Amino acid sequence: MAVSTKTTTDEFIKGLWKDNPVFVQVLGMCPALAVSNTARNALAMGLATAFVLVMSNMVVSSLRSFIPKEVRIATYILVIATFVTLVDYVIQAISLDLYKALGAFISLIVVNCLILGRAEAFASKNTIARSTMDGLGMGVGFAFALFSIGAVREIFGAGSLFGVSLFHDAFQDWVVMVLPSGGFFTLAGWLLLFNWIKQRKAQRERAATLSLTEEAAR
Amino acid sequence: MPAPGKTLEIRTSPHILSGYSVDSIMFNVVLALLPVTAFAIFAFGLAGLLTLSMALVSCVLTEHLICRATGKPTTIGDWSVTITGLLYGLTLPPSLPLWMVAVGGVICVAMGKALFGGLGYNTFNPALVGRAVLQAAFPVAMTTWIAGFTAGRFTSLPSSTLTLPFTEPTVDAVTSATPLALWKFSRETTAVADLATGFTSGSAGETSSILIILGGLYLIARNMMNWRIPVSIIAAVFVLSGALHLVDPTRYASPVFMIFSGGLMLGAMFMASDMVGSPMTSIGCYLYGALIGVVTVVIRTWGGLPEGVMYAILLGNAVTPHLDRWFRPRVYGTATKEAAS
Repeated sequence: MAVSTKTTTDEFIKGLWKDNPVFVQVLGMCPALAVSNTARNALAMGLATAFVLVMSNMVVSSLRSFIPKEVRIATYILVIATFVTLVDYVIQAISLDLYKALGAFISLIVVNCLILGRAEAFASKNTIARSTMDGLGMGVGFAFALFSIGAVREIFGAGSLFGVSLFHDAFQDWVVMVLPSGGFFTLAGWLLLFNWIKQRKAQRERAATLSLTEEAAR
Repeated sequence: MPAPGKTLEIRTSPHILSGYSVDSIMFNVVLALLPVTAFAIFAFGLAGLLTLSMALVSCVLTEHLICRATGKPTTIGDWSVTITGLLYGLTLPPSLPLWMVAVGGVICVAMGKALFGGLGYNTFNPALVGRAVLQAAFPVAMTTWIAGFTAGRFTSLPSSTLTLPFTEPTVDAVTSATPLALWKFSRETTAVADLATGFTSGSAGETSSILIILGGLYLIARNMMNWRIPVSIIAAVFVLSGALHLVDPTRYASPVFMIFSGGLMLGAMFMASDMVGSPMTSIGCYLYGALIGVVTVVIRTWGGLPEGVMYAILLGNAVTPHLDRWFRPRVYGTATKEAAS
């Protein structure tokens, strides 16, 4: 970890694609499945998590030499909980509807394994700049993933995106997509797509190196 | 394979073949389903014919395309996907929009079969997977039943059948509640003679119990189906609903009604007995059947839906691997439990 050849931009970009928290690491499944029934809920949840992630990474990283090893997890939780409380009140102030739709899942950001994982595995060992970029990348990646799930579920389940009707009035809603099982189907579909893309890329790279070694042998 | 008796054959076991293969068994199941299919078309006319054809075509086509896409030889020749398509079509309400039938057909084969690894690996009955997804996705369309034996059924279609893809169907045909819904919501019973012969409304292929039993008996007679499964399902339903009926005949339907109504016969004969999703040992089969029967009665009696055979069978499929593990036959030549202890 913290190889000096990696720039801070790399730390940002890895969270978007290569180490995407939902589609690659499969972390934070609870909010990803539970509140992704509409694009709005999913995006709000993603952004709230991203904010907490960036701030907690920043604070944990700046305090990393002061936190005793024995109580580090408790300290991280305290830091995270502070920002979650902040987010909780902000969402309540912006939109009560949204607050009600997200329900307990805002408070549950505290125990999102993604945030604690980044604090433990990254922020506690890296500089503030790197940790912030890491948090930003992971946060945006998480928000993007939740939005992709939420958008698909809303388009099929209600024929709309962000509450704007996309199709003719007679559109037949696929009720299953806004039910919990729809979350699993959609997540599985995206995972399938991501793994397929990754596999194809790996195959191509293997083929490329193979042809290179063959040429070198000649 | 060289002709028997002419050359010395050296190969691995089995050495004695019954002549049955996957293809031949599956083909016989299709044969056993034909009377039910014919009755479905006779009862529901053009709507039934189109629903069944669409179900069949979408399932077979999906299987073929998935095999092509994954670079395997196509497996549509083994008849298994034909059974899936037919059974799936037979479980649908005949007025279901054709686009929904096609969507479900793709789900049957893609999600219920191909994702698990194809024939022999599908934990759940593919036809019921497709139907369960449709039931969850389009609950209204999946519970709208047209009346059978209407006068113009061979010349006209219910408007919902040809609904444009992705739009909501409108129903203009005469709808009619299924016997189970009549019982559940207004405590009306249907005559057993009507239930057995199929002069009721319901899914395309579930109405005529007699023809379903005939098909099942054919398969049992040819030893292509484990008779323990349907027998134990029906026995479990009969015993449990009979006990309930004895307690309070006004609240609980009679056992005979329970056996002949809804999808129980079709499910017990053709879906629960699917070789892939059912247990391998006899005791496993009895338990599997009893579980399906009990769950069916529980859903029908206390659940929100009038019919529960589909969920009961899917649950039974889920339990099958455990039943196979718990009731392993003793390997020949090894010690029995008593001898070992």
